[in-house]
Amino acid sequence: MSIGNQIDGLPTPSGTPGAPKLLEVRDIVTRFTTDRGSLTAVNGVSLSLERGQTLGVVGESGSGKSVLSRSIMGLLPRANTERSGQVIFEGKEISGLNDTEYRELWGDEMAMIFQDPMTALNPVMKVGLQITESLRFHLNMSKADAKDTAIALLKAVKIPEPEKRFSSYPHEMSGGMRQRVVIAVALACGPKLLFADEPTTALDVTVQAQILDLLAEQQRERFMGIILVTHDLGVVAGRADEIAVMYAGQVVEQAPTALLFSEMKMPYTEALMSAIPKLTDASHTRLAAIGGRPPDLVNPPKGCAFSPRCPYVQPRCHEEAPALTPSPTAPEHLFACFYPIGSPETEEIRLRIAAQRLMATAPQFVTPAQGPPPIGEVPAPPSTADQPEGM
Amino acid sequence: MFILKKFGQLLVTVILVTLFASLLLELLPGDPTEVLIPSGSDQQREDLRQELKLDQSFAVRYSTWLGNFATGDLGNYYTVSSDRPVSDRLWQSLPVSLLLMFYAQMLALIFAIPLGVLTAYRKGTWFDRTSNTAAFAMLAIPNFALGFLLQYYLGVKLGWFKTSGYASPSESPIEHLQYMILPTITLAVGQIAIYMRLLRSDMIATLQQDFILMAKAKGLKSKRILFRHALRPSSLTLLTVAGLNIGTLIGGALIVEVVFALPGMGLMLFEAIGRRQIVAFQSMVAVIAILYILVNFAVDLLYTVLDPRIRNANKS
Ligand SMILES: Nc1ncnc2c1ncn2[C@@H]1O[C@H](COP(=O)(O)OP(=O)(O)OP(=O)(O)O)[C@@H](O)[C@H]1O
Ligand code: SF4
Ligand SMILES: [Mg+2]
Repeated sequence: MSIGNQIDGLPTPSGTPGAPKLLEVRDIVTRFTTDRGSLTAVNGVSLSLERGQTLGVVGESGSGKSVLSRSIMGLLPRANTERSGQVIFEGKEISGLNDTEYRELWGDEMAMIFQDPMTALNPVMKVGLQITESLRFHLNMSKADAKDTAIALLKAVKIPEPEKRFSSYPHEMSGGMRQRVVIAVALACGPKLLFADEPTTALDVTVQAQILDLLAEQQRERFMGIILVTHDLGVVAGRADEIAVMYAGQVVEQAPTALLFSEMKMPYTEALMSAIPKLTDASHTRLAAIGGRPPDLVNPPKGCAFSPRCPYVQPRCHEEAPALTPSPTAPEHLFACFYPIGSPETEEIRLRIAAQRLMATAPQFVTPAQGPPPIGEVPAPPSTADQPEGM
Repeated sequence: MFILKKFGQLLVTVILVTLFASLLLELLPGDPTEVLIPSGSDQQREDLRQELKLDQSFAVRYSTWLGNFATGDLGNYYTVSSDRPVSDRLWQSLPVSLLLMFYAQMLALIFAIPLGVLTAYRKGTWFDRTSNTAAFAMLAIPNFALGFLLQYYLGVKLGWFKTSGYASPSESPIEHLQYMILPTITLAVGQIAIYMRLLRSDMIATLQQDFILMAKAKGLKSKRILFRHALRPSSLTLLTVAGLNIGTLIGGALIVEVVFALPGMGLMLFEAIGRRQIVAFQSMVAVIAILYILVNFAVDLLYTVLDPRIRNANKS
């Protein structure tokens, strides 16, 4: 099951045979009580992860990625939250722990990197203290040892002048530097499992790659399992061993990375794919959003949750909800769709859509406009006006 | 630059406040010397009238006082037998008032900070709701009414504390506390309610922040998260209000001193008004105004300690 990212000479990502998996999650359901009723943010997710491996969790905003990570880690507030399912960490069921028992795991065995480095660090605490406090608490280090370790960590995440930065406040650093500090905090006690919840979304494109490379490097050195959460398939493409695609709180497609990209089955995954920002796009361009809105999680649609937005929707999709099942050709490839990409029904529709697009844009090619359009200004094809806009 | 601006602010405030205060005393009818030295001879009265420049215009009287005050001469407190310098009495009564306000502020914060933090943490629980109701009740009781109640029940009926009078801490620290406890509680109760509710709402906002979740994900204990991570960024409003509140506190202290016969500025001011001690009154009002501004200045400095981002903004 290990594909890509495997380096010769390192222990195999699958760990010792027979040993329990690093993480095994079975049928997690997380509901919030809201004014409008019960909101199902995570709906029956099962996953597993070995040490040294990366699982990418991909989905658009609101698909339940953060709630899933927090449910696994046990970080959700207890009030108004209802959680069920099993979380087995190194062979031990942890979902029923109380906060005191969780504290032994948090920061020490499992850690989390947050989306926005501008808000994830305490603005009134020096960054050094934010790193040393968990060292002192979990590893009972002396003040001096903790300081040395923290400076070594700052060096490891490639912060220039780590001794000086130890006494800086977060606001004295750039976004990329702060995210490195956040990573240093997460790595401090040597966790086995790292949740990275959109670690680069708030950063510049150039900084994004640096941070992701840093994570990969630290993962190799520390042999951590990483759950890399993102809305951007492009981020996990070259970095995850396996990808789980989430929609409306459910995993709708899951496969080893290469297989997912070569044999994509879900219409939703296909739509996410076309939303990957191209290198040629100006930085910070909004993603070509998937048409339509994410479903209401209090009153989800009947049948397949993606049916209101799916280009290949058939009558059956409105009636029955497809279950996550292995592909007949590759059992490690799971998907939840009645009419996956490549099936006769979708092929026919795909061709029809392509033909319609072509016809809608055709006049441009048939009757040339008065001279070529000015550079940088592309005349919009008439069809785009009819396409629903998302986001 | 910063200091200069503050000094200008101080000057303007002192002048405005004392001008207004002395104008009010001007409005009282009759000859002040009749109240000042009721049993004095005609000659004595005439001398006093000369000294106070009562036959001249208000502008002359005020500017003379201002000039004297600026050079440190606070004027005299007039009686038939002897005139005592206002500064003498000031040195005796100012510490009493300052101590009273200090104790009250400390007591208020000692109760309000943990209560504010815990009610925010336990938002919506039985504990939060009870504290909230209690806070409203405390706010609704006027200072003097609470003072009389405490005086009667804890002082007179139970005899636990002294109900009127004063001993300085250097004379007898125990007695000093016995005298100060009831006035301090009286003055602090309303402040506890205000501070607690302010801190609670700011804490609730802070506890939603990412860096709190991050602190939790580090495995820190709730106590550390609340008091080391959340309290400081939540306390800026509290600090501002505590500074602004010095005005309310001074007003409250004046009333409480009268109720408990504490020989502080309030009691002295009360007397000065009753006895038409114009000069003493003006000087005391000026001293109180200066104090008020100095405290607010200290609050400004404290901001930069609490929030390093302000420190940088000030530098640049
Ligand atoms: N504490 C909460 N109470 C009620 N609803 C919540 C709560 N936390 C999350 N939700 C809802 O759960 C759904 C999933 O949220 P989640 O934050 O997991 O999405 P996400 O996939 O992480 O999206 P994003 O990319 O925007 O971070 C959303 O509809 C959100 O409104
Ligand atoms: S089940 Fe139907 S609606 Fe759902 S994704 Fe597949 S084709 Fe689209
Ligand atoms: Mg999220």
